[in-house]
Amino acid sequence: MKFTISPAPHIKSKETTSKIMLSVFLALIPSGLWGVYKFGDHSGYVILTSVLSCVFFEYVSQKFIFKTKVKITDGSAALTGLLMAYCLPPDIALWQVCIGSFFAIFIAKECFGGVGFNIFNPALIGRAVLLSSFPTVMTKWQIDGVTSATPLGILKEKLAQQLPSYADLFVGNIPGSIGEVSKILLLLGAIFLFYRRIISWHIPITFILTVAVLSVLFRQDPVFQVISGGIILGAFFMATDYVTSPLFSKGKIIFGFGCGLLTVLIRNLGSYPEGVCYSILIMNILVPLIDRFTKPRVFGTWE
Amino acid sequence: MNSFVGGVHPPQSKYTSQIETEEIPLPKKAVIPLAQHTGSPSKSIVKIGDLVKTGQLIAEATGFISANLHSPVSGKVSDISSRIHPCGYNFDSIIIDSDDKDETVEFKKNNPEKLFPNEIVEIIKNAGIVGLGGAAFPTHVKLSPPKEKKIDSVILNGCECEPYLTCDHRVMLEETEKVVGGLKLIMKVLDVKNGFIAIEDSKEDAIERFRVQSSEFREKLKIVKLKTKYPQGAEKQLIKAVLKREVPSGKLPMDVGCVVQNIQTAKAIYEAVYEGKPLYERVITVAGSVKRPGNLKVRIGTSLSEIIDYCGGFVEDLPGQKVIAGGPMMGITQFNLDVPVVKGFSGLVILAQKESKFYEPSNCIRCGKCIDVCPMGLVPTMISRLIEKERYEEVKSYSPLDCMECGCCAYECPAKIHLVQNIKLAKTLIQQKKI
Repeated sequence: MKFTISPAPHIKSKETTSKIMLSVFLALIPSGLWGVYKFGDHSGYVILTSVLSCVFFEYVSQKFIFKTKVKITDGSAALTGLLMAYCLPPDIALWQVCIGSFFAIFIAKECFGGVGFNIFNPALIGRAVLLSSFPTVMTKWQIDGVTSATPLGILKEKLAQQLPSYADLFVGNIPGSIGEVSKILLLLGAIFLFYRRIISWHIPITFILTVAVLSVLFRQDPVFQVISGGIILGAFFMATDYVTSPLFSKGKIIFGFGCGLLTVLIRNLGSYPEGVCYSILIMNILVPLIDRFTKPRVFGTWE
Repeated sequence: MNSFVGGVHPPQSKYTSQIETEEIPLPKKAVIPLAQHTGSPSKSIVKIGDLVKTGQLIAEATGFISANLHSPVSGKVSDISSRIHPCGYNFDSIIIDSDDKDETVEFKKNNPEKLFPNEIVEIIKNAGIVGLGGAAFPTHVKLSPPKEKKIDSVILNGCECEPYLTCDHRVMLEETEKVVGGLKLIMKVLDVKNGFIAIEDSKEDAIERFRVQSSEFREKLKIVKLKTKYPQGAEKQLIKAVLKREVPSGKLPMDVGCVVQNIQTAKAIYEAVYEGKPLYERVITVAGSVKRPGNLKVRIGTSLSEIIDYCGGFVEDLPGQKVIAGGPMMGITQFNLDVPVVKGFSGLVILAQKESKFYEPSNCIRCGKCIDVCPMGLVPTMISRLIEKERYEEVKSYSPLDCMECGCCAYECPAKIHLVQNIKLAKTLIQQKKI
């Protein structure tokens, strides 16, 4: 009889890349449904367009441009699409979404070698390109069909408008990007990811704590700062992106702190009301450097 | 509960833990490789045609780190030639045709009360005892530490953290007295006051058995319950869990004043000293996809095909199954069932065809799970990536030589990357001074 020969180990865990991607995808769905409910059907089409166009660009670039194995079934492109849609305004045109997808998947990911090799978070690159290309559309917000400013916008522009209550912020009765408004549903998703051991506390908790503490220094309400804008979505779902965050625990804490610091600086000293997207992208650049200086201690060695 | 940092929780699959040890019939032909221990191979002292008895010395140790070999059966030496060994290579072996009478040489019983430590070590050396956990390091060497190394603790390793394997568990339950007796002998040889028996908390029955057995001995002997986790039984991790001492990189347990021995080794030491019986049989687990899995007492040199036949054969008659010498985390797959059982052979695990599939690796997504689970604090993904890119100079800064190849990283990797193979390649290249 013929036997299989292979090196050890001969058993493997059931975890796979696509299962991880699927879990993150599932964890994000409730918050997206809330966005569609709050901002209307068009935001649903934005999400669909974003996911499908990302998968499409991934397929085309793998099949025809780089001629590598087509790996769209690993779910990473679909997840990028979902995440990008979640940080877009509800009224963006669908063709604009496709431009974002192109930059997210083709430029930021496939041109760098595909999954595992991208330097920047693809979804955030997509958003950043759209923000600089279509600044008006990207900063026009509405809720229940009525145009209005985001909580951070009210604060930044010093508008004579009542700030929403904590309850409204938590539940998501505020204008904002499609998937970022319902903090409670995002947190539920994050708890699921903790339970699945897909994310660890290091990045999100240091990120959020840094924002809270530094906001106090800028005489801002820390709770308001944390639960308005994209911090919850960014800290739990974007900054924790495996590929573009540090490998080691110590590095993750530095990364989380850097994201928090930059967010607060942009919000308070920059001209944008929100800074999560850029702060994560800037910290992405520093990841190789952080990794280099935070290697874990090898068993049986002391320095 | 005591433990170490890192590790994984593969399914235990220890279905044979409640099956009593059976002695299997004598092999018709015993194949005894001259190299079945760490160190230099033994030298045959028999010729083709010689008649030998069970327990008779047939090959002598060559040098200090080497071990004697004894005939596992009585019969005639039919050949001395190169035969396949479980590690996959051919080695010179003595082949003995059994006459099925199992006539033994006369075993010289000893009273250890009257023996000096060096005499006990001599008996252990003559009996050809090596570490029975898998590495097969000659036991007399471990029991003769250089004078400047002060040993204060002995740990018996009853973790048996590999999935499927239950032979040490059965020996702990069935031969409790001999195991404790062996430990006492080791403690006497090393003049040590602290004896520990380390057992994972999944083997409560064994812990209970030792508690009863060692009651008169309590102040010197401690039963340590450890968390059930792979690789709890790895020597350095075990010492860390039991004594909170960390063996420095590149050093040995004796450098932190500690000696670790396997359960079956302790039993073999007891038998060698009290009964005068050399090491020519051991208990192995046969598990997985065989009709009648169990724990078997087998003679060294018994072929795998005879063992599998005794266990009723394979469950499925399909090609592509895996026959693993050892456990599924670190064992070696076999391509030939003529392979004999050697001293360091702890189990035979058969994985059915659909459990033996090949995992196509995909890109690393930098999830860091391999880093979290590495018991040595290494960065498997970086070593692997640098080796694949042939960036050899940088590989060294990630200390691949500290890897013990436990397989946790490759077990956990969601991208199914062949991490252990790449790290092994790094180790080989460094050891051969090619990088």
